[in-house]
Amino acid sequence: MGETLSISASNERVDESIRETEPEEPSIIDWKEIWKPLIWIVGGFLLFFFLPVNSTRFTGAVIESLALAKWYAQEHVLLCLVPAFFIAGGVGVFVSQGSVMKYLGAGASKVLSYGVASVSGSVLAVCSCTVLPLFAGIWKRGAGLGPAIAFLYSGPAINVLAIILTARILGPDIGAARAVGAILFSVVIGLFMHLMFRKEEEAKAAAAMHMPAPEVERPLWQTTLLFATMVGLLVSATWGRPEHAGGLWSAVFAAKWLLTGGFALLLGILMVRWMRVKVYKLVLATAAVLVPALMVPQYPLIAFSVGLIAFTSLLTTTRGETESWFTASWDFAKQIMPLLLAGVLVAGLLLGRPGSEGLIPSGWISSLVGGNSLWANLFASVVGAFMYFATLTEVPILQGLIGAGMGKGPALALLLAGPALSLPNMLVIRSVLGTKKTLAFVVLVVVMATASGLIFGGLMGG
Amino acid sequence: MDIKVLGPGCAKCEQTEKIVKEALAESGVAGTVDKVTDVMEIAGYGVFGTPAVVVDGEVKCVGKIPKKADVLGWIR
Repeated sequence: MGETLSISASNERVDESIRETEPEEPSIIDWKEIWKPLIWIVGGFLLFFFLPVNSTRFTGAVIESLALAKWYAQEHVLLCLVPAFFIAGGVGVFVSQGSVMKYLGAGASKVLSYGVASVSGSVLAVCSCTVLPLFAGIWKRGAGLGPAIAFLYSGPAINVLAIILTARILGPDIGAARAVGAILFSVVIGLFMHLMFRKEEEAKAAAAMHMPAPEVERPLWQTTLLFATMVGLLVSATWGRPEHAGGLWSAVFAAKWLLTGGFALLLGILMVRWMRVKVYKLVLATAAVLVPALMVPQYPLIAFSVGLIAFTSLLTTTRGETESWFTASWDFAKQIMPLLLAGVLVAGLLLGRPGSEGLIPSGWISSLVGGNSLWANLFASVVGAFMYFATLTEVPILQGLIGAGMGKGPALALLLAGPALSLPNMLVIRSVLGTKKTLAFVVLVVVMATASGLIFGGLMGG
Repeated sequence: MDIKVLGPGCAKCEQTEKIVKEALAESGVAGTVDKVTDVMEIAGYGVFGTPAVVVDGEVKCVGKIPKKADVLGWIR
């Protein structure tokens, strides 16, 4: 009884104070919290409200998108992507970045520094978030603007994952052209930038350089053999049926699973010799792979999957560097797989699989970037320079574009201008380099990409 | 104690910041943890590779996520 009285009394007091001081009680609805999810909900509602389910073009595009994702899942995930993740993870753990960076330091030879900068992206730039700090470091503390630009340009195009996926899906000719083009033009663009802004180069502050310490020390030949084995495994597992029977290519194709198994066994032996993998575990793993390989040889994917699981168990049940290797590979897989899936679905929806149409009519694509005209190459370069491609998604998108009639020249132009640049990325580069240098860099990239597209398209005959 | 975590904002850098903050709280040492995201400022430390940790102006770790025990060792 006494409590209710006191409450009503205090309520009156509060009411009075509000009446006297504040004209209005603050709302308990916090719009700042609400508007974001609300937009998502309303957007989703509008999307489904107007979903054109009766349009055959739309339903066809949805089926195309799912079919493309299925094709990737069947053909590329187990044989190509998963091994590539382990290779990329291994590069991050076993390749000493410090030993590469010493060629990009302030005292390094100029000629050598350009060469090293143009190829070191393959081992240094495996993670996109390391590219910009390395670039700024090479420019301000190391070899200077030219090598820094060379590194910035070639890095995204020649990291191991990008090369493997481009060659596998778009064909070895474009894969090779992409790598060679990126390396060559990175040197040219770097030199141009150096000459244009030579006067502005400041004297290098003699500060100590802090390199990432390598996680493990291992002789170069061992690291090389380790990666050669893994690349051999990847190449033999993904070896395609040659167009004509007979000859060496056919012989390799016939023996591809034997070769794959051989490389896998060699990899296991190397892991026992150089890492702390126990012999009995390797014997168990080999036996586990041999069972499905002998029982159901018509389904090699089963044996391959068991092999992947066995390999992962070897990595995770052994202490030391194998654990770092696993963690680094897992980080890549976790980061890239969702992006790639989204990229494949969007590419399938908009462009369809090669030979069929998605939402965008193939006629538009072939009229814009078909053939190998200067205009087509320039258009592809400019679009590539401004558009943002999440890691590796340039590959399915280009596959769709080529299927819809894009010429090989413009495809290479887009590949050379695309991953190195994007609008958000330009803004970040601008905050580092300033407007003038960024503009010069963008123009150089677009011109170079257009030129290389024209040359490549001419060589490939359109 | 002035601790800086250098990194442009990738997942590894955020993990590093979290570990450093936890270690600082655990150690009971008074200090601040600042995140440096500006690439030019990162380059100014002469650091090639992120995430990196700088304790009182001294670069302690470059290019990897440090273990909490290591961080405790640096700040004690």
